[in-house]
Amino acid sequence: MAVQEAWTFSDYIMLVVSAVLINNILLIRFLGNCPFLGVSKRMDTAIGMAVAVVFVLSCSGPLTWLVQRFLLEPFKVAYIQTLAFILVIACFVQLVETVIKKVSPPLYRSLGIFLPLITTNCAIFGACILNIREKYDFLQSLIFSFASALGFGLALVIFAGIRERFPFARIPKNFQDTSIGLITAGLIGMSFFAFAGLAK
Amino acid sequence: MEVLRATIYPMLVMGGLAIFFAIGLGIAAKVFYVYVDPKVKEVEGLLPGANCGGCGYAGCADCAAAIVAGEAPVTACVASSEDVFVAIGEVLGKTVEVKEKEIAMIMCRGTADKAKRKFQYMGIEDCRAALLAGGGDKECQYGCLGLGTCVKNCPFDALSMGEDGLPKVDKDKCTGCGTCTRVCPRGIPKLVPVSLKIAVICSSHDTPPVVKKICEVGCQGCGLCKKACPEKAITIENSLAVVDPSKCTLCGKCFEKCPTGAIQQILPA
Repeated sequence: MAVQEAWTFSDYIMLVVSAVLINNILLIRFLGNCPFLGVSKRMDTAIGMAVAVVFVLSCSGPLTWLVQRFLLEPFKVAYIQTLAFILVIACFVQLVETVIKKVSPPLYRSLGIFLPLITTNCAIFGACILNIREKYDFLQSLIFSFASALGFGLALVIFAGIRERFPFARIPKNFQDTSIGLITAGLIGMSFFAFAGLAK
Repeated sequence: MEVLRATIYPMLVMGGLAIFFAIGLGIAAKVFYVYVDPKVKEVEGLLPGANCGGCGYAGCADCAAAIVAGEAPVTACVASSEDVFVAIGEVLGKTVEVKEKEIAMIMCRGTADKAKRKFQYMGIEDCRAALLAGGGDKECQYGCLGLGTCVKNCPFDALSMGEDGLPKVDKDKCTGCGTCTRVCPRGIPKLVPVSLKIAVICSSHDTPPVVKKICEVGCQGCGLCKKACPEKAITIENSLAVVDPSKCTLCGKCFEKCPTGAIQQILPA
């Protein structure tokens, strides 16, 4: 691995801002659109999903980084990254589900249905791959994973807030449901492009 | 040798990861094992699964758990029919007392041409929103606003909006879950026993002159039906006629006297 220059505090801030706003994983990279459209009809499910994603991604990002660094690279088998990461994420999600079912039934009831949805979510997997591709170290990948998930949550909550008001709007029949959802997603995505101006 | 390594290593890595996680998950499943009563799953399978919330629990799964735990009666589900209760009773080994099924009835006959409007409402298509705009567009402050909030919220697709601007109940599909009674800002849909033969289809508590002025078909509370009833089954409560079904013999004298036809015999569907 190439030796990086030491990161200053402002670099970390920039990493967070970049992951949350400028390169928002949902709206700019357009990863994880299935839950974006699937669970955004009501605010409470959107928040549940957002929390679940923050939790899972913050853990699985560093975890896959460890797998890459200490397993795939020493054995020179980085090309099975996809396979290995999916296995790691899926097993991790399953483990988390088993544990919180026992430890915290209320949390399980609110998060439970979202965890299986996350298992093969491309936003999670995408962020894990990006960690490796951007050559982040362990701390950076932890921060990037967390910030990406925050960005996911932010976009999801904004979208759900708008989508909750659809039933009250007079939408032409042909544009109802998913069509207007995709149009709205595109418009929010375009507005997020304005954040590109935050970076020098 | 190189070829051998290129085949063996990925197998070893993936296999190792898989075995590691398999053992981990296996241990976790044992350590964090949660006992779930198989009866709960069985009861849940019998319930309708619409998660309407009519029973007062968060959903069918919650309701099933409460029934098995004995916190809720076997008949807790308002949306299920008799045979479902009997089946649940069999699972739990309990005998079942079946209460009569209820269905929703729209207690307003003020169609677009019969009930006057104060203004033309052009806002959000939801009765609750319309109510905020000057108390709704209908002159009658008790009548159905006809924007279909009940229709949109019915989990069983039993309500539909009629041509005349009033919702219609499909008696076969209605399960009596009561969702419509909860979402309607004016409480127009009411749950009534399926065997109900006579009802006053109006919710207005306005005085006779007011009703006369704004609605052709509302109950004015004039009391003609009360006088006509030989069984004294009808009372006038707050300018609205109320029939006591236990006393009513269905003689039909009240229908004849009613000037607006608000009191009606309910014909079998």
